[in-house]
Amino acid sequence: MPTDFLPIAVLIALATVLAFLVVLIGHLFGPRRPTATKLEPYESGMRPYGPGQRRMPVHFYLVAMLFILFDVEIVFLLPWAVVLRQLRLFALIEMVVFIAVLLVGFVYAWKKGALEWE
Amino acid sequence: MDFNFQDPFTSIGELLRGLLLGWGLAPGLVSLILMLLGALVLAGFAMTLAGVFLTWLDRKLAARIQDRLGPNRVGPFGIFQPIADAIKLITKEDIIPEGAERAIFKLAPMLAVMSAVGIWAVVPFAPRLIGTDLNVGVLYIVAVGAIGTLSIMMGGMASNNKYAMLGAFRTVAQMVAYEIPMVIALLVPTMLAGTMGVGGIVEAQRGGWFIVLAPVATLLFFVSAMAEAGRAPFDLLEAESEIVAGYNVEYSGMKFGMFYVAEFLHGVTIAALTATLFLGGWLGPGAQQFPLLGLVYFAIKTAFVYLVISLIRFSMPRIRIDHLLAFNWKLLTPLALAAVIVTAIADKLAPALGWNRAVVHLTANILLAWATFEALRAYARGIRQRVEVQPAAVETGGAD
Repeated sequence: MPTDFLPIAVLIALATVLAFLVVLIGHLFGPRRPTATKLEPYESGMRPYGPGQRRMPVHFYLVAMLFILFDVEIVFLLPWAVVLRQLRLFALIEMVVFIAVLLVGFVYAWKKGALEWE
Repeated sequence: MDFNFQDPFTSIGELLRGLLLGWGLAPGLVSLILMLLGALVLAGFAMTLAGVFLTWLDRKLAARIQDRLGPNRVGPFGIFQPIADAIKLITKEDIIPEGAERAIFKLAPMLAVMSAVGIWAVVPFAPRLIGTDLNVGVLYIVAVGAIGTLSIMMGGMASNNKYAMLGAFRTVAQMVAYEIPMVIALLVPTMLAGTMGVGGIVEAQRGGWFIVLAPVATLLFFVSAMAEAGRAPFDLLEAESEIVAGYNVEYSGMKFGMFYVAEFLHGVTIAALTATLFLGGWLGPGAQQFPLLGLVYFAIKTAFVYLVISLIRFSMPRIRIDHLLAFNWKLLTPLALAAVIVTAIADKLAPALGWNRAVVHLTANILLAWATFEALRAYARGIRQRVEVQPAAVETGGAD
C-alpha cells in the first residue's frame, strides 16, 4: 500500500533535515582557519605519502560476490517463509532442494579457498 | 471528547485531529501534520536518547568495568557531560581534507543518521503505537540498515585517507558479510509468525516468545546484528589501535558527532529489534488494556538487551579479521541456513504429529545446537592434532 510508506517518507525526511541542521549549526559556530598543513589527510603525523585512494585487495571482492549470491537467495526465501504455513509439504522440499543447490556453490567457494584470508 | 487514560496516545492524536479540523484545515493536510508531529517526537526522542542519555550510561559502565570513575564533573554524576560534548563539537572547526570527494564526504554522516532513525518507523512501541505497520517490515529493516553500511563506506572512501580507506575495506568484510546470517536468522520469526509485518510478529508471540521457540536464531541474529552495528568485539572498521579511527578519521566537529550518534542509535536499534522480534516486544501482563504499560515493557526489554551488548563490548578483545570471516562464513551462515530448514521442518512436523508446537521447536533447536557444538569440537580436535604433528604448519602469521 503506497500510503503505508508516507509516514516512513516523513520520518526519513525529518531525520535527514535534523542531521543537516545540526551539521549546519556546527558549520556556523565553528571557526574557519584553514591552513595547508591542516587540510592534509591525517597520516600519523607524517606528510601523506602517495595517493589516498588505493586499489582494493581481491579478498574483499570475493566476499562481496559471495554476499550477492546469498542476498539473492534470501530475496527468494523471504516470501516463501511468509506463506510456508499455507503451502503443502511440496514447498518445503522445493526450498530444501533450492538451498542444497546453493550450498554446492558455497562448498565450491569454500574448497577453492575463497573463505580463507591470506 | 472524553480523555481515555487507558490509551493516551490515540486520545492525544484524536484530540489534535479534532482541534486542527476545527480550524478548518483539509483532512489530508491534518493527517500529514499529525504524521510530521509524530515523526518529530520519534526522531527527537531517538536522537536525544542515543546522544545524551545512552552515551553517558555507556561511558559510565565502561569506566566501572575498567576500574575508573568516568564522567563525574558536569552535573550530578556527570550526567550533563554529553551536552557539554555536543557544545564542544558544535564549536569545533569543520575540516574537509584536501582531495576528498566533498559532496559524498558531507552526505555520509547525514545518511548514517537517516538509516539509524529510519528503522524506528516500523518498531512497535506499544499496542497501536507504531509509525507504520508495513507488511514488509522485516525487509524494510534490512534495507534501511544497509544504507548505514553504505554511509560508512562513503565516508571511508571519500576521505582521501589511507586509514579511512582501510576502514571502508573492512566494512565490506564485516558489515556486508554479516548481513547474510542476520537476514537468514530474520527468516525464522517471519516463518513462525507467517508475516513480515513487525506488528504481526509481536502479536504472534502471544503464545510464547520466539526466544523460546527459536533460541538458535535469536543468538544468530543478536551476534550478527552486533557485528552489523560495528560494536566491539566486532569493531574492526574503526579499530583505534590499528587504523586510528577507520572510516571517520577525517571527520571533525558535528559531522563526527552525527556518525557517533548514528553508531549509538544503531546499537539501541539492535537492542530494540531483538526485543521486538524475539522477546515479545510490548507483550506482557496487562499491556493490551494499558498501552503505556506496553511501552514500559518494551523499554525494559530494550534496555536489558542493550546492557548485554554493552557488557559484551567492554569485556571482549577485538576479533582478528581472518577469524571474523571464518566465524561468519564457516559457522554463522551454514548454521543460520540449518536453523531455517530445521524450523520449517519442525513447523510442518508439529501439526502432523499433533504435538505441542513449542516443545517440538525447542527440541529441534536443542538438537541443532548440540550438533553444532559437536562439529566445533571435532574441528578444534583436528586443529590440535595438526599442532602436535607439525607446529609450523598452523597460523602463518597476522592477516590484513
